Amino acid sequence: MKAKTSKTRTIKVDYLARVEGEGGLIVKIKDNKVTDVKFKIFEPPRFFEAFMRGRDYSEAPDITARICGICPVAYQMSSSHAMEDALGVTVDKQIRALRRLLYCGEWIESHALHVYMLHAPDFLGFQDAIQIAQKFPDVVKRALELKKIGNELMTIIGGREIHPINPKVGGFYRVPYEHELRGMIDKLKWALEASLETVKLTSTLTFPDFEQDYEYVSLRHPDEYPITEGRLVSNKGLDISIQEYEKHFQEEHVEHANALHSVHVGSGPYHVGPLARYNLNYDKLTPKAKKAAKDAGLGKTCFNPFKSIIVRSVELVFACEESIRLVEEYKKPEKPFIDIKPKAGTGYGCTEAPRGILYHRYKLADDGSILDAKIVPPTSQNQKTIEKDLFNYVSKNIELSEDKLTWQCEQAIRNYDPCISCATHFLKLHIERE
Amino acid sequence: MKNRILVIGIGSDFRCDDRAGLAVARFLREKNIPGVEVIEESGEGTALMERWKDAEYVFLIDAVSSDSPPGTIHRVDVQRQKIPKSFFHSSTHQFGVAEAIELSRVLNQLPPHLIIYGIEGTNFSMGIEITPTVSDAGLRAVDLVIEEIRAIQV
Repeated sequence: MKAKTSKTRTIKVDYLARVEGEGGLIVKIKDNKVTDVKFKIFEPPRFFEAFMRGRDYSEAPDITARICGICPVAYQMSSSHAMEDALGVTVDKQIRALRRLLYCGEWIESHALHVYMLHAPDFLGFQDAIQIAQKFPDVVKRALELKKIGNELMTIIGGREIHPINPKVGGFYRVPYEHELRGMIDKLKWALEASLETVKLTSTLTFPDFEQDYEYVSLRHPDEYPITEGRLVSNKGLDISIQEYEKHFQEEHVEHANALHSVHVGSGPYHVGPLARYNLNYDKLTPKAKKAAKDAGLGKTCFNPFKSIIVRSVELVFACEESIRLVEEYKKPEKPFIDIKPKAGTGYGCTEAPRGILYHRYKLADDGSILDAKIVPPTSQNQKTIEKDLFNYVSKNIELSEDKLTWQCEQAIRNYDPCISCATHFLKLHIERE
Repeated sequence: MKNRILVIGIGSDFRCDDRAGLAVARFLREKNIPGVEVIEESGEGTALMERWKDAEYVFLIDAVSSDSPPGTIHRVDVQRQKIPKSFFHSSTHQFGVAEAIELSRVLNQLPPHLIIYGIEGTNFSMGIEITPTVSDAGLRAVDLVIEEIRAIQV
């Protein structure tokens, strides 16, 4: 932070640690009023949408899974569903259940990583998880074990944990035997207990008093907490099929970020992710998850974004309980996939990535090759809401010291677990020799 | 097998020079060196910790970005050299390679030998083309890693 004049303050964070990808934040303050907030992200233009054109429909899950190392399953599921929609096929019940289980594995590993390794340090006043480990090694070990169990579930069903290779349009190349999955039950029971501990732990944190009037948008399914399918609903009256998504949500290009910002046409910024799912689907949570939420002091709705860390933990409880149910009920399908004949068509897929809804749309030619692709990740949908939060948060806390304000701005961004440009990870390297 | 040797190639196939680590791993896999396991990873830190925890010798090959000329090969012996602070805050995966190393150190979970081969890249934009000097450096890194493995296996 530099003081330009006595009246003008600028908070600038060039690189944000602990968000996926590279991001930067600029907050401008003049005469004790916030004048501008820019949450800059360097997400590259839509390389993948262009890269997909001309490729076979069957390649979409594998290619798009490479967009994100943290949520490959989300990309595989949204693209598979979109292709199945375009080709007019529906997978059977067991394949659907297996997909849901695979997705639970991703929720567990992604939420465990974010809650403990990325977001908790903000609340505890630590720079990073390494500092937590120095003081509370057992807490970090629990986080690693929890994440590992999510990864193991993904490995059994997906073939491997990062960029699973097993899922395909129409089902899976190979499905596990019952005994392979049943072997996970004890571990999942441990994970459930660890998740309940996680909710308890996060409920003891201190939260800034900051409730916002969000439009929450998530999937909603008549029978279950939404993961792979449902209608798109909001707390402000939206209720549409996923096929209608682009009529209601549009992306805008903004100068300070390569990424596109999504808006709900006619009403503006909206909020996707765990808080949106929780607020719109509380009634579909498992009894243990509901009880954990209640014991943690959460109501049926929550409008404080900082409490997303508790809600993510409640979703961990849900994902573990749901995994146990799915594993116990699992019967190996006779055929791991359904047969598909390519044809021309347009298809839509929308699933709940750990960070919120991930929308895919594809147009196919007669031979099944991709003519056009559209992918809208959760982070670009939350971007405008993140900037609005920052504007309101800084306005409300303008008297805070610069260090504290900067810290809390970063914390506010991490409420959304933003995944900015997942596909790269190179290190900025300076060698220090001893 | 006396020594468990693990080679981990890290990178993304869709980020130009960021492919370098993966390319080196693939070359090494093709050599089919007995006693050596070769895997590919995206660079997410906790997954790496899980991967290397039972290995005795780990070679981690990754593209890096510092002020060195493209194609420079950096060798870092993690047990002997500190990972500089600047490793952390520019890493685009917030819990990445450097964090995984330092967390392993704190939790006493570092493998006995962990060597990083960092290949200096220059173009990390979206795409699949690798810069020729970086690709050449990848081939040199393959030879260097093989040389080290041979010395261990003697």
